[in-house]
Amino acid sequence: MAEPVLRLEHLRKSFGGLVVTDDLSLEVGAGELHAVIGPNGAGKTTLINQISGLLQPDHGRIVFAGRDVTGLPAHARAAAGLARSFQVTSILPGFSALENVALAVQARSGSSLRIFGRAAEEDALNAPARAALGEVGLGPRAHVPAGHLSHGEKRALELAIALAMAPKLLLLDEPMAGTGREESGRLIGLLRDLKGRFPMVLVEHDMTAVFALADRISVLIYGRVLASGTPDAVRADPKVAAAYLGDEME
Amino acid sequence: MAAAAPIDLGPAPATARAGIVVPGLIFGVLAGLPIAALVVPENYLLDLGTRIMIFAIAAVALDLVVGYGALVSFGHAAFIGLGAYAVGMLAAHGIGEVLVALPAALAASVLFALATGAVSLRTKGVYFIMITLAFGQMAFFTASSLAPYGGDDGLTIAARNTLVGIPIFKYPRGLYYVVLAALAGTFFLCRAIVASRFGRVLRGAKENATRMATLGFEVYRFQLVAYAISGGLCGLAGFLLANANDFVSPAYMSWQRSGELIIMVLLGGIGTLYGAIIGAASYLLIEEFLSRVTEYWQVIFGPFLVLVVVFGRGGLVGLFAWPWRRRHG
Amino acid sequence: MSSLVFVQILNGLQLGVLLFLIAAGLTLVFGVMDFINLAHGVQYMLGAYLAVAFYGLTGSFLVALVLALAATLAFALALEVLVFRRLYGRDHLDHVMATFGIILFLNHGVKLAWGAAPLSLPIPDLLSGSVSLMGGLRYPVWRLVIIGAGLAVAAGLYVLVGHTRIGMLVRAGATNARLVSALGVDISRLFMLVFGFGAMLAGFAGIMIAPILSVEPGMGDTILILAFVVIVIGGIGSIRGAFLAALMIGLVDTLGRSFAVDVLRLFMGPSPARTVGPALASMLIYVLMAIVLYLRPAGLFPAKGR
Repeated sequence: MAEPVLRLEHLRKSFGGLVVTDDLSLEVGAGELHAVIGPNGAGKTTLINQISGLLQPDHGRIVFAGRDVTGLPAHARAAAGLARSFQVTSILPGFSALENVALAVQARSGSSLRIFGRAAEEDALNAPARAALGEVGLGPRAHVPAGHLSHGEKRALELAIALAMAPKLLLLDEPMAGTGREESGRLIGLLRDLKGRFPMVLVEHDMTAVFALADRISVLIYGRVLASGTPDAVRADPKVAAAYLGDEME
Repeated sequence: MAAAAPIDLGPAPATARAGIVVPGLIFGVLAGLPIAALVVPENYLLDLGTRIMIFAIAAVALDLVVGYGALVSFGHAAFIGLGAYAVGMLAAHGIGEVLVALPAALAASVLFALATGAVSLRTKGVYFIMITLAFGQMAFFTASSLAPYGGDDGLTIAARNTLVGIPIFKYPRGLYYVVLAALAGTFFLCRAIVASRFGRVLRGAKENATRMATLGFEVYRFQLVAYAISGGLCGLAGFLLANANDFVSPAYMSWQRSGELIIMVLLGGIGTLYGAIIGAASYLLIEEFLSRVTEYWQVIFGPFLVLVVVFGRGGLVGLFAWPWRRRHG
Repeated sequence: MSSLVFVQILNGLQLGVLLFLIAAGLTLVFGVMDFINLAHGVQYMLGAYLAVAFYGLTGSFLVALVLALAATLAFALALEVLVFRRLYGRDHLDHVMATFGIILFLNHGVKLAWGAAPLSLPIPDLLSGSVSLMGGLRYPVWRLVIIGAGLAVAAGLYVLVGHTRIGMLVRAGATNARLVSALGVDISRLFMLVFGFGAMLAGFAGIMIAPILSVEPGMGDTILILAFVVIVIGGIGSIRGAFLAALMIGLVDTLGRSFAVDVLRLFMGPSPARTVGPALASMLIYVLMAIVLYLRPAGLFPAKGR
């Protein structure tokens, strides 16, 4: 099998006496959409924070695109192609939707230590930004201040920002959080279109989305991986049924 | 597709217009002042105008980091003092050439900004405010202890700087126009910075530093550069201040001065750059005229500041707009 | 020589205790209400001025003390209700500007009311004079009274904050004010209490130090900066941090000023030592703060955790 784009080796993270990530190992293959599910408190967001670099694990290694990034700060990992979206919307509310995405483009197009030239008018930044906005359906809303977008639109903007980074791996932390049925249906369609373009780690509660999209699923309980495999395998696994899925499987 | 038909407006036109009209007015007034000054005796208006413009340079520089970077520095007066002391110390050794004194002033303030910024920017919020205050105090105490350069009492400068022999600072009108040019340069430089790629990262970090990091920007580096530029521009203000006052003293670096600078920026409304100019002018004009009314002018000015904060959003501009806001909600 | 060191240690403790009285209120107000109160220093000054005024009226230090504390509390509560209450939740910059305005108002207001000349407050007869300590050393009783009073307040605060219900609310508020409010506690009354009490402590410090220092406009400015250094090093919101940091700063500053020149003379000639010494001594606590913040960017015992 080809070198996995992301490999987590025996990650461990505690807050005081509470062990939130417990000897967690995981692999994400190239082109794969890998869903991470688990009940609240299983440590999913903590895991994403460790992968993206906002938290440092106490033990273990994170290998991204063949490179040990465990010691690298968040911005270095992002520059290396690790993009993420946030469970609680984290955009720049005072900037327009276009500028939010253009900043993501700016991060990977040459030096930003330029103090001359009007960034807002740079076509080299705006064109890819518009393209990303178009992909998520926010094209007509480009000049709206991001803080004025609807909740579903903000979630889509998060996705556009991640896309604009031309990522080698996309970490999506509950992109459907707080969206209604119509919005989440749209987002699922969007993610399906993106599948295969780049590998994704999808943390989600919405089981419809998970089983519609995932190539493989890992189930997280109390900070460790209970089961990992294809959706069918996970569905059939009695441990998982007992611990988590219950009648959500039907 | 989103339900309602969305309208794609360009960037808001109203603020763009304000960004041209207001600075235009300001610089128009400033450029024309020396003509009005012809009718007022003893260069009074010119001196006042020069003083206002020098502090406006510092206020604009501070607005760059406070208004656009959310870095509240309570030690910015130190950079002014460093620029001024560069002039004073060189003058004490007989060196009065602009081409030596100005680079010295800029180098001193930029290097101090880089050194202190490197440490301070590792902190956030009120801790940042306090550590910048601490560094400001360190500069203050160092200057106070420089016995050969006047120590606590300060140092008189015998002659103002000359530019390859040309006494550009000697005459009030000449000094005024040089300072005006420096202010214009500072203003337009900061404007360019804000609109540039660099400025956009800085502004983004102000709104959401975590997001910027996860986009791939090393926020610390951008903030440090901005802090250094801001410090350098304050050094320029200090260079001009020393020449305008013929005097340098540790008081230029006191924490009260740093506080006054913050007030100047706030009074005019942070985050607009021209607001800093308005704020500096307002502060100094109010100080000037109130102090003619009573020697206890601060007893009036203090509560006035409180009222501006409580009832105004965005400084004086906000205060005057308050009746409108109450009516229109 | 060692007796001199001992005297300076006592002086350092006295300064430390004084700083604690001021820093305690400051760190609580900051920790619980997230409010930068630059006007805390003038609260200290006001306490001293009020004590002088009431002493002039009554001739009794004790009565003056009680009245001045009451007046300080009343003034602080008025300030909280009229001004500060509207500013909670606003940007720190708004706090800086408003409290800066209050500093201007009071620093020059006391000049208007009492004149610019320094005033003094006599030590009560019973507690004036010096007492014999070990080794034939004489030390002013009043300074010992200050140390004692400060330690008593510290002990009282420890009990109050650590072992009473109201103290628990304050500690909870310092960690997460919104949560406390959501639990149904009358948060604005809690804020008023914290603010008033803190101001009273600062006023008390001013009253106690008035017999030793001169009471003059601006006397709160320098001590305010020191108090901020204390709460930053101690960690915002933490009384324990404020206590330890205050003692540390008091000792470092006092001992530093007394012995800097002598210590430097071990490494350089007497003349440069005399030049560099005082400057270095003044900077010592700021260097200390910079080092602490470099290692612990949120202070030693921050209430909100690291």
